[in-house]
Amino acid sequence: MKYNAEPVAKSPRIPALIDDLYKRLPEIEADRAVLLTESYKETEGMPIITRRALAFEKILAHIPIVIRPGELLLGSTTKKPRGCQVFPEFSFAWLEEEFDTIAERAADPFYIAEDTKKTLHEVYQYWKGKTTSELAASYMTPETRKAQDHNMFTAGNYFYNGVGHVTVKYWEVLEIGYSGIRKKAEDELASCMPGDADYAKKSHFLNAVITSCNAVIHYANRYADLAQKEAEQCSDPVRKAELMQMAKNCRRVPEFGATSFYEACQSFWFVQMLLQVESSGHSISPGRFDQYMYPYYKKDLEEGRITREFAQELIDNIWVKLNDLNKVRDAASAEGFAGYGLFQNLIVGGQDSEGMDVTNDLSFMCLEASIQVPLPQPSLSIRVWNGTPTDLMLKAAEVTRTGIGLPAYYNDEVIIPALVNRGISLADARDYNIIGCVEPQKAGKTEGWHDAAFFNMCRVLELVFSNGMDKGEQVGIRTGDVTQMKTFEEFYSAYKAQMEYMISLLVNADNAIDVAHAERCPLPFESCMLDDCIKRGKSTQEGGAVYNFTGPQGFGIANVADSLSAVRKLVFEDRTVSMAELKEALENNFGRGISAQKAEEVTKEVVRAMTSMGKTVSEEQIAQIFVTALSGSVSEEKKNRYNEILALIEAVPKYGNDIEEVDLFARDVAYTYTKPLEKYKNPRGGIFQAGLYPVSANVPLGQQTGATPDGRLANTPVADGVGPMSGRDVHGPTATANSVARLDHAIASNGTLFNQKFHPSALKGRTGLLNFTALIRTFFDKKGMHMQFNVVSRETLLDAQKNPEKYKTLVVRVAGYSALFTTLSRSLQDDIINRTEQNGL
Amino acid sequence: MEENREYWGIQGRIFDIQRYSIHDGPGIRSIVFLKGCYLRCRWCCNPESQEFKIQNMTVAGKQKVIGRDVTVSEVMAELDKDEAYYRRSGGGITLSGGECLFQPDFSAAILRAAKERGYHTAIESTGCAPYEEIQKLLPYLDLYLMDIKHMNSDKHKQFTGQPNERILENARRIAQDAKELIIRVPVIPTFNNTEEEIRDISLFAASLPKVKQLHLLPYHRLGQDKYTGLGRTYTLADIEPMTEEYMQGLLRTAEHCGLRCQIGG
Repeated sequence: MKYNAEPVAKSPRIPALIDDLYKRLPEIEADRAVLLTESYKETEGMPIITRRALAFEKILAHIPIVIRPGELLLGSTTKKPRGCQVFPEFSFAWLEEEFDTIAERAADPFYIAEDTKKTLHEVYQYWKGKTTSELAASYMTPETRKAQDHNMFTAGNYFYNGVGHVTVKYWEVLEIGYSGIRKKAEDELASCMPGDADYAKKSHFLNAVITSCNAVIHYANRYADLAQKEAEQCSDPVRKAELMQMAKNCRRVPEFGATSFYEACQSFWFVQMLLQVESSGHSISPGRFDQYMYPYYKKDLEEGRITREFAQELIDNIWVKLNDLNKVRDAASAEGFAGYGLFQNLIVGGQDSEGMDVTNDLSFMCLEASIQVPLPQPSLSIRVWNGTPTDLMLKAAEVTRTGIGLPAYYNDEVIIPALVNRGISLADARDYNIIGCVEPQKAGKTEGWHDAAFFNMCRVLELVFSNGMDKGEQVGIRTGDVTQMKTFEEFYSAYKAQMEYMISLLVNADNAIDVAHAERCPLPFESCMLDDCIKRGKSTQEGGAVYNFTGPQGFGIANVADSLSAVRKLVFEDRTVSMAELKEALENNFGRGISAQKAEEVTKEVVRAMTSMGKTVSEEQIAQIFVTALSGSVSEEKKNRYNEILALIEAVPKYGNDIEEVDLFARDVAYTYTKPLEKYKNPRGGIFQAGLYPVSANVPLGQQTGATPDGRLANTPVADGVGPMSGRDVHGPTATANSVARLDHAIASNGTLFNQKFHPSALKGRTGLLNFTALIRTFFDKKGMHMQFNVVSRETLLDAQKNPEKYKTLVVRVAGYSALFTTLSRSLQDDIINRTEQNGL
Repeated sequence: MEENREYWGIQGRIFDIQRYSIHDGPGIRSIVFLKGCYLRCRWCCNPESQEFKIQNMTVAGKQKVIGRDVTVSEVMAELDKDEAYYRRSGGGITLSGGECLFQPDFSAAILRAAKERGYHTAIESTGCAPYEEIQKLLPYLDLYLMDIKHMNSDKHKQFTGQPNERILENARRIAQDAKELIIRVPVIPTFNNTEEEIRDISLFAASLPKVKQLHLLPYHRLGQDKYTGLGRTYTLADIEPMTEEYMQGLLRTAEHCGLRCQIGG
């Protein structure tokens, strides 16, 4: 057998480390921002790449370092567990505005001390006008800024933050250390001639790499000193020995190549955490950890230098530390990425560059680590292909059954050709890993800009009804009066035209931000671990990587597909609803009233319109307008008609029910986003490629979206991922999977996301796991790309009783068979809930 | 060779097809629920299946028509949708009900069509029918899931409307003739949930040739609301489902017979 699948017991150290992590609210710390600003003041006028390297060096030389109780690996970015540093070079104004509310906000609150506020306030004075976000804004066209103000799309992530979303050559650091990488830069520099055309920039870049390598080596030695000092003061002989060992590790790595699995773990950790000190970009993804760590594990195991138990303990410790890293986002973004997510994606299994399966002991140990450390990080993933051993699939399913929603499953057989289609070599494509949520790429060679924007396809549909107007402004193009459209083709063409236009603005926004990062925040440390930056003498931000992409995500396919189906059937085929009626019903949210916030907006608009016509508006009138907007001013007669329209819409067949014709239409609708995007290029010499998923942004961005012709009410969530609109698929998981598989996933080469919900009882026993994995494998046979699962709890079942419309595909084990939970009688539901408790699920 | 598909035109009456069933036979399965049954079990969780005639049932306040006439061809179109899942999981199709033996020609035709596709086939059946009807199905059947509810014929009649002699006799013959037979016992408080009753059933099951497995299916209240929806009275309303511990006790009792026993399907 090529691998040992047997799990080993959890070390008692691990629960203690986890407890320490979650004792208190995470805190914002100012040390990095202060050191960065001091350095920038000292380096005014120097080339930007040099300033970045010197700032990194200063931060690593002086930032406070700590050793957490009981840990076996060193390196923390903050004094307090789960704390975070801030990055004013990207943006800062939002944080200052949130100083007094951030500890209380609903999504991802942070504690911030009064003196930290004061320090940051002082630091921020320096940064006005110097950030990437300010430069990016100035590069955008007025139309682009307007479209973003109107929430057609948001490029907010890279606008406010570093880019991240990268997997560097961890294996090279493990093998030759930063002294080896420094030598590569020195050799390259020695081969450059001062007369070369690119000498000025290249030589400065290479020197910045050398400075960064030295900075990291110095930082590790600071930790070695600290561990030695703590060892000397430690009275517990066991801990003393551990500290001495860690001091020894940090003297060796990451300066030199690792000589043991333990050193490899320490070296890996420095790379992982320091990337997140250089920049605030999230989704710094470890990638194929089970592959590049394996040689060290195997050698130690064969030579009897390590036990499997200790190797597992080290991996578990890495898992804990991945959750120690944190990041503060603005309130709106925090809702889109709710849960303090850092999306450090780590993937096991799959094929090597020659197409052979590579499952090994560590693949199993990584999966086991997520059982022993049941926390959100790493974002654990598994690559699946026909050659994936059943053992590994079953182990993965076991992790899924714990209910943590991990791992996510990826289909090699779709992703590899999808990447080849984007110009990646077959060998590189076979070696892919996942970045962040679902984005495939080749590690160590790619600057993929994988989370370039969220693009709300439903908002664009609204523009067709308003002839391009939104809240009194011309945001889209003029596609004509919708009520005058004679055929569905005319209507669909208008939608496509609005899409094409909005996509061009999206590209404008992304490329503006891209240029701003290249000019203001090139990253020499990250770049030294990505091909072919050293050879080209360029940072990744300036096009140094072999493969360059920009990947903005479109979402709302299910809503748009169902909407267009409804328009076609009701307005143009059956003629049971006129376009004018539908337009009016949408404007009035089908007579269901609107949220207070939305009512306030409407009121302001009406008042503005009246004032501009020269009318004076009294306070009383304003109050009246507000109340009318809030309650929906429509008559009973109209309300009844809107209800009829909703009933007609409900009867139109929906995406997600394994109806070929409907699903193929959804496929075509997805093309209205994925195809126009392909033709655009980014400033790094790469192309745009679409993703189809909203992370958790379908909820907050749905808030900004009016009612849609699929019967979705205003300001409610839009569909999640590439799945059907929640509650509209009513024929169980195989039917839903068949529908989703009918989309063209390969063209969405920046990733698609398909969520499914299961009750733990559906995964009971070995048989349950086998059937579950068969479902995944079949979806992948049908060219699905990605699948992830919520295995739901008692709380969810109770909620499902209260809100059955949200849980129509929830599968439960009944007695001799399984059924959809919401289709069961109330008393049986109670029965199952009680049974669940008995089983302690 | 051209397949003779005349039998694809045979009509029958069903009331549901449920996909992604994973507990009535191996792998991922689709279940066809047929209308009509010879028995009237008081605990029946599908009371709308018992009458052959098309009925109205109130479901969540709305009238729903239960039952529709379909051809084998139409049933197959629905079953084929999950073909790939059957293959990956070693699954297939199961006929349930109601009682598939109530419509033996239709049932045999579905099983035959499924077998010609290479699907694994199973039926969930009371076995209460003339044996000639059962024989029509057996050539196309991989797994017979058969209920044995009670060894005492009077009590059987009292709770199901039929005595058990024919069922027990058929069980002996099916065990001989079918590819695989698994005995299932719906465990119903006040009817058959004493240790003695379960022991008797399990000893009978063990006495059948080739039978290797016994499933104990604990009573649940699936049907209750449906009885109301059909305007009928649920006569077991006072019965509480059994605890997990109690079922474990019965499982141990059943295991004495030497068969491989489990709780649930």
